[in-house]
Amino acid sequence: MHIIRIKNLTKRFPMGKGAFTALRNVSLNFAEGEFAGLIGPSGSGKTTLLNIIGSLDAPSDGSVEVLGQSIGALNAKEAARLRKENMGFIFQSYNLLQVHTVYENVEFPLLLLKFGADKRRKMVLDALEWVGLTDKEKSKPPQLSGGECQRVAIARAMVKRPAMVLADEPTANLDAANSHNILKTMEKLNRELKTTFVFATHDDKVINYLQRKIFLLDGRVDKDETIRPTTTGDHVARN
Amino acid sequence: MWLAIKLAYRNLIGAGLRTWLNVLVLSFSFVVIIWLKGVMTGWDHQAKTDMTNYEIGGGQYWHEAYDPFDPLSLYDSHAPIPEAVRAEVQAGDMEPMLFLQGHIFPQGRMMPAIIKGIKPDQSIFKLPAASLDTVTDAIPAFIGAMMATSSRLEVGDRTTIRWRDANGTFDAAEILITAIFHSNVPSAEAAQVYIPLEKLWDISLLEGEATVLTFRDSEAERAELSGWVLKPKKLLTKSVDDMIKTKNAGQSVLYGILLLLAMLAIFDTQVLSIFRRQKEIGTYIALGYTRKEVVGLFTVEGTMHAVLAAVVSAAYGLPFLAWQARVGWTMPIDASQFGMAMAQTLYPVYSVGLVISTVLILTVTTAIVSYVPSRKIAKMSPTEALRGKLQ
Repeated sequence: MHIIRIKNLTKRFPMGKGAFTALRNVSLNFAEGEFAGLIGPSGSGKTTLLNIIGSLDAPSDGSVEVLGQSIGALNAKEAARLRKENMGFIFQSYNLLQVHTVYENVEFPLLLLKFGADKRRKMVLDALEWVGLTDKEKSKPPQLSGGECQRVAIARAMVKRPAMVLADEPTANLDAANSHNILKTMEKLNRELKTTFVFATHDDKVINYLQRKIFLLDGRVDKDETIRPTTTGDHVARN
Repeated sequence: MWLAIKLAYRNLIGAGLRTWLNVLVLSFSFVVIIWLKGVMTGWDHQAKTDMTNYEIGGGQYWHEAYDPFDPLSLYDSHAPIPEAVRAEVQAGDMEPMLFLQGHIFPQGRMMPAIIKGIKPDQSIFKLPAASLDTVTDAIPAFIGAMMATSSRLEVGDRTTIRWRDANGTFDAAEILITAIFHSNVPSAEAAQVYIPLEKLWDISLLEGEATVLTFRDSEAERAELSGWVLKPKKLLTKSVDDMIKTKNAGQSVLYGILLLLAMLAIFDTQVLSIFRRQKEIGTYIALGYTRKEVVGLFTVEGTMHAVLAAVVSAAYGLPFLAWQARVGWTMPIDASQFGMAMAQTLYPVYSVGLVISTVLILTVTTAIVSYVPSRKIAKMSPTEALRGKLQ
C-alpha cells in the first residue's frame, strides 16, 4: 500500500525576475513501513521534496498525495492537521523548544492532539524509553549533548506513532558513534512500529542503513534502488 | 486557547530573566497607576467631605445678589429668611448665615475679613460654633487655621473688628477668639471671622436676614425660593470635580509614559522573539500548528506578561497600597496654598472597579502591542523559518 504518491512533481522558486527549478518532473511512490532516503548533494532538491511531502510547501506542478490527501489542494488548516495527526519531523539541528524540558518537548505533539494527561504521560515515557532517555526527562536541551538532543527529537517525532517520519539530515551534526545509535534507534522503531521513514541525506552513515535509496541530481530522480524489503513485506515501487 | 496559554506560560517561565524584567516594569505601572488613581479618588472624597462638613452642608440657597468672588456684593446680598423655610430653620435642618464685609485689626494691622453670623447651636457644620455660646464683654468669635496663621491670632486673643451697618455707618467692637478650627477648606477659613448670628443681626441692623441658607439633606427635593438661588451640593462641589478632572488629565501623561515604557519593553521582546525564534516558529508549524495559531501563541505569550505582572503587582503592590491607605501620602508642599479643599495628607481610596479597569486596560494594551509584531509570523514561509533564516 502506497502512502505517498508523487506524480510529475515540479517545484519552482522565484529568483530575481525568473525562477529556480528545484524539482523537475519527479514521480515516486512510498509504501507503508519503508525506510527510504532521498540522497543527493546540496541543491539536488531533497529537502524541497521532503518539505512538500510534509505539506510545509506546495508543488508548482504535478501532484503529491499523502495518505490519500492531495498536498496542493490542502488549505493551511488541513495541512496542519495532516502534519499533526500523521507526521513526525526530525531536523538536522534538532529544533527542540529550548526553554522546555525533554518531557515537555516530547509531550508537545500530544498536547496538540488534545490527549488526556494520563495517556500523554504514558506515551511520553514510552517514547523516552525507546530512545533511552528516561533519566533525562527533566533536563532542558541546552543541558544535553547533540546525540541526546537528536534522540529527544526522534522521541518527539515518534511519540504519537505517526504514519511517517520525515528526517532532514538527522545525523549532520553528530559524530559517528552517535549517528549509528540514532540510526539503530530509528531502524528499530521502523521495524517494531511499522512507521515509514523518509530521510533527506548525503551522509554515508545514513545511506548504509537505508532499505531504499533514491538518488536525486539537479532536481531529478537519478536512481532508485531497493536493498531490502520493507518491514511490512511489500516491495518498493520503482520509477 | 488553553494549549496556547499553557505553552505561553512555559515559554515565559523558561525565558527567565527577560520575562521577569518585563513583568517588573509592567507591574510597576500597575501599582503606580492604581496608587495615583487611588490618591485622586481619596482627594475627591476628602475634599467633598470637608466641604460638606465645613461649608456647604447638603446644599445651599444663595441670596440672588451674593457672589463669593465679589466682596462688594456682600453689601446687597441679604434678605429676610423666607417664610417657606422658617419651619426648617426652627427644626435645625437649615442654617441661615449672614455675611458682612469688614476688617479686623490684629496687632494694629488692618486685614479685610468677611464676618459670618452663625447660630451657636447649629448642627449642620462641624464648625466650633458652640464656642460662641459664652459670656464675655467682647464679641465671641472663632476663626479658621488659615486666618489664624495670617492674622497671628490665637485662642484667647482680642482684636478690633469693624463693619458697616445697614445704614452705611461704620462701627467697631472688640472680639475674643474662642476657637480655631482646621478644615482643609480654604474658602471656609481664609479671611473669615465667625460670630453669633444674633449678634451680627444686632450690630448690622439686619435683624432676621441671611445671605446663605444651608440645608442638611442633599437628597431632598428643594423648591425654588423667590430672591434666592438654589445651589445643590453637586454644583457647589463642581470646582473639586473640575480640579480632579484637570489633575487626572495631567496624570494621564504620567500613565502614558509608564505605559509607553512597559509597552516598549513588551514590543521589543516580541520583535526580538520573532527574529530570534524563527526555528521555533517553523517547528510549531511542522508539528501541526497553523501560522495563525502561532500568531495566537505569540500574542498570548506577550499578553501573559500583563497577567504575570498583575500577580507580581498583587504580591508587593497590595501591601504597599494597603499601607498607603492607612498612613496616607503627605504632600511635600503646603496644601493650604492650593486654594482649594485639600488635606496635607491624602489617603488613597481604591475600589474594585479601579483595580479591574486598570488591569483590563493594561492587559488589552499589552495584547494589542503583542499582536502587532506577531502578525509578521502569518507571512513567514515555514520552510525558511525551520532553517532559522531571517524573513
